[in-house]
Amino acid sequence: MAEQLYQRDVYGQTLVELGREHKDIVVFDADLSSSTRTGVFAKEFPERFFNFGVAEQNMMATAAGMASCGKTVFVSTFAIFATGRAWDQVRNSVSYNNFNIKIVATHAGITVGPDGASHQALEDISLMRVIPNMRIVVPCDGPQTRQAVLLCASTPGPFYVRLSRPRIPTIENKGDFKLGKAQVLREGKDVAIFACGLMVASALEAAENLAQKGIQARVLNIHTIRPLDSEAIRETARSTKGIVVCEEHTVIGGLASAIDEVVAETCPTRVARVGIKNRFGQSGEPQDLLKEYNLTSLDIEKAALSVAA
Amino acid sequence: MTQISELQEKAKRVRRLIIQMLAKAGSGHPGGSLSSTDLITALFFSVLRHNPKEPSWPLRDRFHMSKGHCCPLWYAVLAESGYFPQEHLFTLRQLGSMLQGHPDRRTPGVEVASGSLGQGLSVALGMSLAARIDKLDYRVYVLLGDGEIQEGNIWEAAMASSHYRCDNLCAIVDYNGFQIDGRTCDVMNLEPLAQKWKAFGWHTIEIDGHNMQQIISAYDEAKAVKGKPTVIIGRTVKGKGVSFMENVVDFHGRAPTKEEAEKALQELK
Repeated sequence: MAEQLYQRDVYGQTLVELGREHKDIVVFDADLSSSTRTGVFAKEFPERFFNFGVAEQNMMATAAGMASCGKTVFVSTFAIFATGRAWDQVRNSVSYNNFNIKIVATHAGITVGPDGASHQALEDISLMRVIPNMRIVVPCDGPQTRQAVLLCASTPGPFYVRLSRPRIPTIENKGDFKLGKAQVLREGKDVAIFACGLMVASALEAAENLAQKGIQARVLNIHTIRPLDSEAIRETARSTKGIVVCEEHTVIGGLASAIDEVVAETCPTRVARVGIKNRFGQSGEPQDLLKEYNLTSLDIEKAALSVAA
Repeated sequence: MTQISELQEKAKRVRRLIIQMLAKAGSGHPGGSLSSTDLITALFFSVLRHNPKEPSWPLRDRFHMSKGHCCPLWYAVLAESGYFPQEHLFTLRQLGSMLQGHPDRRTPGVEVASGSLGQGLSVALGMSLAARIDKLDYRVYVLLGDGEIQEGNIWEAAMASSHYRCDNLCAIVDYNGFQIDGRTCDVMNLEPLAQKWKAFGWHTIEIDGHNMQQIISAYDEAKAVKGKPTVIIGRTVKGKGVSFMENVVDFHGRAPTKEEAEKALQELK
């Protein structure tokens, strides 16, 4: 059994690591510091941590004022509030100014679980993808979360980093982590599976099952949604029969749409989308919800068989 | 310290620039620019610690205009201070101009964009807290519109600024009593306004926003307040200084025509 980590635990630890090295790292939260794990940073660096209470819009615009004074501000809350409630502040105060503000949002996707639809951000990638300057990273596991947080701290400009609530398995041998460079996790010529976040582990599982049926799937971890690795996508589109895109997110505007845009313009191929199909979420345990919304490795396998046929 | 009469002359000059810029641009917001002119002229030419030759001087006082549509005023005082040559003023709102229709960072002296209302008090709060981290003694000033403070984000920021006891923060409300759709008391009543700020924990000063002596005294009083932020509520007249623009809601967002501009400039001699 692979190691299982909470991405947000890794996030909190990495913030402390950054805080020790860089005095200009400041962290903001909106009454969720125990859930997002920014509380770990708050404990060690109380003078560089600010809690804004249940007021995400103020938190986001305050980050802009802070960043204008040379600080790198990590802003955390649940994905639904960071991208939805404070969208105008993200657009006009954060991204338009191109400030060093790193929005690291936790509790993204359907696997928020029992809290239900109001708290399950299924459209956050879409909301961030339409804003110029904003880079989007969706790490696939705990160790990649650390890499993503370190990377966005050292790369100028605004970032959106999307993290999950549950523990997720660590994926071995992913290779180098570079902004905007997809990771090929498995080679195959028949079909391609693109995934981000916790769907990467399911994509690998599906590929394993497909191999037993004689179908070789190429699996790519698209951890960076902006800037997108268009070259790797085109190359894969040309060398396989079709693509399955997997995301714990609406199929409208997120990773699947981003892939569609690339292939439609330059190398049309079949694309099947494993994601949430124009529905709100609901209460339930994460594993049950993944089944209910057709986001399991079995769903990926079926989609792959349909495009490979 | 600059004399009151000098500030009054300066304000008249700033008003002339506002009229000239807007007439040239053919669109923009004269009403609120003119109502805030005395408050902001006094700030720039008698209060603010800044060096236009070194816009990123770490110890500079910060100014942010949250009511971004009144940027003709901001651009005029920046040019008058020497942040950029005055000829740029007459490129306002043109394609490729460094003076956008609402402020952004391509303009020397503008540190954070504005225009989407309600966010600037938060921006100022961020600047204020950065001073605390860096142990610097600069002050932060932010201009708010009266219509603007109908935005909920303002009151989130008001709560946070007093929670964090930001005594280096001073908000200025241009209370001209008008917004696009009419009088604030008819569209969305702000009263009792001073009590609202007091209830949020702010030191609250109410003045005649066109009386230079009162304006200067209010800024002095704000500097001396410890442990809480200060708001200066300036009672003003929309379109102040131009008889046919005063209290005329149409001039919230309409530029004067060439003829109107000439008439206005006559009055501002």
